[in-house]
Amino acid sequence: MIRDFIGYGISNLRRSGLRSWLTMIGIFIGMASVVALISLGQGLENSINEQFEAIGADKIIVQSKGIFGAPTTEVESLTEKDLKIIENTNGIVDATGYIIDTAKLEFNDIVRYFVLVGIDNEDELIKEIYSYDIEEGRNLKKGEKFKVVLGNDFFKSELFDKKLKLRDTILLNDIEFTIVGFYETVGNQIDDRNVYVSYEVAEDLYDKEGEYSFIFAKAASDTIPEEAAERVEKEIRDDRGLDEGNEDFTVQSAKDLFESFATILNILQIFLIGIAGISLVVGGIGIMNTMYTAVLERTKEIGVMKSIGAKNSDILMIFVIESGILGFVGGVIGVILGVGFSKMVEIIAANAGYSIIKISFPPFLIIGTLIFAFVVGSLSGLIPAYKASKLQPVDALRYE
Amino acid sequence: MAESVIRLEDVWKIYHMDEVSVPALSGMNIDIKKGEFVAVVGPSGSGKSTTMNMIGCLDIPTKGKVFLEHHDISKLSESNLAQIRGKKIGFVFQTFNLIPTLTALDNVMLPMTFQNIPREERLKIAKNLLVKVGLGHRVGHLPSQLSGGEKQRVAIARALSNNPEVILADEPTGNLDSKTGEEIMKMLKGLNKDGKTIVMVTHDTDLTKYAKKVIHIKDGKNIND
Ligand SMILES: Nc1ncnc2c1ncn2[C@@H]1O[C@H](COP(=O)(O)OP(=O)(O)O)[C@@H](O)[C@H]1O
Ligand SMILES: [Mg+2]
Repeated sequence: MIRDFIGYGISNLRRSGLRSWLTMIGIFIGMASVVALISLGQGLENSINEQFEAIGADKIIVQSKGIFGAPTTEVESLTEKDLKIIENTNGIVDATGYIIDTAKLEFNDIVRYFVLVGIDNEDELIKEIYSYDIEEGRNLKKGEKFKVVLGNDFFKSELFDKKLKLRDTILLNDIEFTIVGFYETVGNQIDDRNVYVSYEVAEDLYDKEGEYSFIFAKAASDTIPEEAAERVEKEIRDDRGLDEGNEDFTVQSAKDLFESFATILNILQIFLIGIAGISLVVGGIGIMNTMYTAVLERTKEIGVMKSIGAKNSDILMIFVIESGILGFVGGVIGVILGVGFSKMVEIIAANAGYSIIKISFPPFLIIGTLIFAFVVGSLSGLIPAYKASKLQPVDALRYE
Repeated sequence: MAESVIRLEDVWKIYHMDEVSVPALSGMNIDIKKGEFVAVVGPSGSGKSTTMNMIGCLDIPTKGKVFLEHHDISKLSESNLAQIRGKKIGFVFQTFNLIPTLTALDNVMLPMTFQNIPREERLKIAKNLLVKVGLGHRVGHLPSQLSGGEKQRVAIARALSNNPEVILADEPTGNLDSKTGEEIMKMLKGLNKDGKTIVMVTHDTDLTKYAKKVIHIKDGKNIND
């Protein structure tokens, strides 16, 4: 019987052609946005989690306050002394620092600016955090002078109107350096355009003897990283004679960092899905309106069906199923559009160098969306269907 | 004397419109026996269709009693009425009233769908009925692809699908040319010969020749009495 009603519903929706499609637009726009937003959000969350796992939950990041890249004379930078304090803090097993600054690169008579990372590649902790492999050439040795390793984009793209290759000489802050290696891609364009030199070279280049832009610390396996981070904060604060709340530096455990990312992402997602939800409600109202029209148009048909034995519940079911199909088909189109849209975002992002966005379509999302679409459709049709079912057969038959 | 199938006993139907009350039926008495072919005739507005609605359990009287096989149906709920209608009565309307989105076959199957008859069985019965009314070659056609006479034959097949006691026909030839109308009347006559009880409502006194019994009504009353 349900099967017959579904067939009947489909043929009626086909009869109303354009009106059915217009009604479905309301639903599938909402559904497409919900699917796209959830899958993109999930994808972003997954890639954040991946990064989190790559760095490790036991890591603690210390940095100076102040805007990165701006000349920060007033702000106290981190020093070797701070590194010692951190290393000696209870629950910290290792710590290392590195320098980040702006690099002026010149090659092929073109000058461009990039982010420079001064890093000790032989340090165990750096190896653990910075676990990317070299694609071409070799990595830097500790303290190695006039040698540079570049991010993948220098190798793959023509950043200086041509691609760079091993043993090319480039001017870094007006000093000649030889390229000894290229990193594999790390999945986002910003980091794929980093310039790497040894920590000692960066100290000289920027006159930052014994200074660090960031210090990474590793918590012991038997301590809670967040507690270790608090102890680090207290030690540096005490050393600098600062009051709590007035620190000129920040200490964050990796977990803190990623949790704050995740929180922002979640709030954003809820907000956007809320907006998409409103469009679903509007879509539902559209279905309701269409079903009211359908009931009115088919009043005589309802009378005929009652005269050949349709019970009120049959009529109710016929119209609820019909509006459910409207919702369901809208949902199917919405899922296809939503999946297509987020795939497109993924591809565009990847082409722009951000392969970190890996969208995911968990089956529950697809199935849930379709069920939800059917339910929205059915509920929207419920009141018109109830109205139809209550029509008196004689009155309905007389209707022209 | 044959057994009574449908009996109206002092049935009144009063329509209230604004201030005035319009009595469509005012004390209608009709007794329809098994196997009869009854023509209910009367001028337009005399209450024929309303009588038909009472006989067909489409409506309940304002006053009086309607018996279907000795059960008083005036007290039944709409759902129970629908169930009884579907099983016991087959309707043939002046305007055919086929469902436009369904094929001839699906139209004939529909009353059986409402009685929860399994699909296989429905298909078999519907096909047989369409063959019987001479439309074996039109099963997949939509009503819009059929002529008036063909539509009415589909409607007759539909009316027969639950093998009802009674066929009710309201002006069955009203929208047909005289030749096609005659065919339809012959078909009804044939059904009566096979044992179906038939009640036909019409204003066309010519059609009374097909009936075994004629009931004249006027002003909502049976004037045979
Ligand atoms: N639903 C209704 N509301 C008001 N008046 C009605 C209604 N149905 C029928 N009538 C009136 O009742 C009378 C009998 O109608 P009907 O049974 O349709 O007559 P017939 O079929 O013989 O032409 C007519 O005067 C008609 O106007
Ligand atoms: Mg009439």
